Amino acid sequence: MTDNANIDTYRRRFLGNTATALAGLSVAPGVFLHEVAQARSADEPVTSDVRWGMLIDTNKCANGCNDCVTACNDEHGLTGHGRPETDAQWIRKVDLRDKQTGHTQSLPLLCQHCEHPPCVDVCPTGASFRRDDGIVLVDKHICIGCRYCMMACPYKARSFIHEDLQDQLPHAPRGKGTVESCTFCVHRVDAGRTPACVEACTAENHNAMVFGDINDPGSDISKQLRQHSSRQIRADLDLNTGVRYRGI
Amino acid sequence: MQNLTQKSLRVLLTLAAMAGLPAIAWASGGSLLPVIPEAQDRYSATQGCVEPTAEMRRNHMEYILHQRDETVHNGIRTTQYSLKECINCHVSDAPDAPRYSSDEHFCNSCHSYAAVRIDCFQCHADRPVKTPGPHMSSGHAKSDNKPAALSAEPHQALAIEVIRHD
Repeated sequence: MTDNANIDTYRRRFLGNTATALAGLSVAPGVFLHEVAQARSADEPVTSDVRWGMLIDTNKCANGCNDCVTACNDEHGLTGHGRPETDAQWIRKVDLRDKQTGHTQSLPLLCQHCEHPPCVDVCPTGASFRRDDGIVLVDKHICIGCRYCMMACPYKARSFIHEDLQDQLPHAPRGKGTVESCTFCVHRVDAGRTPACVEACTAENHNAMVFGDINDPGSDISKQLRQHSSRQIRADLDLNTGVRYRGI
Repeated sequence: MQNLTQKSLRVLLTLAAMAGLPAIAWASGGSLLPVIPEAQDRYSATQGCVEPTAEMRRNHMEYILHQRDETVHNGIRTTQYSLKECINCHVSDAPDAPRYSSDEHFCNSCHSYAAVRIDCFQCHADRPVKTPGPHMSSGHAKSDNKPAALSAEPHQALAIEVIRHD
């Protein structure tokens, strides 16, 4: 009996220690799993474990600063024809003024990578789609250029290519007759990097843009979203956007 | 007699022309078959391309098509069957290297021979770009005609106006 009691005590202590050790491990894997998610190997498909998102702090976004727009245009080889109505535009700066107080603020507007994207709802061919990790894209192989998605998007985030293009970049295939928009720099994200606009904003020390996995409670963006109040543009549409704004 | 001379002259000329045709073909590259540029690398010691050459010649489009969907929809970016890697290995990145419009471009050397018209290179790069492109944003015009999403929200439209939207 005493032997049994000794064994029980021993067993309890052993199990207790093991549980503590496991608990210690399970905190580390929280980070570890996130690392794995980011460094997904090239042959692994994307999963919904990750949802890429962006947080833009309009208080840090300077009036007149265009660094994110320039970086985007450079990254994807977006050139204009001097026709602003139809030139492709994946990200643009919007300046706002409060009519009562005269307070002005500036923010970049890009594809909001909605959880329920209206562009996907209306696409007749399935070209407009949402990747499992939340990035909304156009499969230009399937796009017929009908532009329903452009009409459906509440953010005017999409552009249509009206003219033949030359010298496109290998990572950014673009062509006449298809619709395109911000891809969250999917080619960079798949390689474990951040989008070009975020990189440019950070490199210039503005730090107005944060990119990361909003499903991972340990990511920088999740921490900031938890800590500060943020807004979705047109939250009334219930699209659950992947891009959030602070300060508007 | 004169007729006979003319006739034999005509026969001679015909013979000469028939003998001359292959000579011209020889002079212009030896054969009417396409001249396919050499790849810049080998896939392995035993294999030139990512699959045996005969298989690639017949079925390369199937591999590329499959990889295309995997990459666009699932984010799979393996290099074995990627169009980008085809181009990186089969096309030179020299500034004066032939473009797809030329019969000397790897892809078009065969496609023009086989009368195949593809539209891959209306969007995709037909040459490797190993260095970042030139600074292209300078020519990018700003649009101020796109209506603002922000002002579409009713309670915001009253209090906030869009003063710049480029």
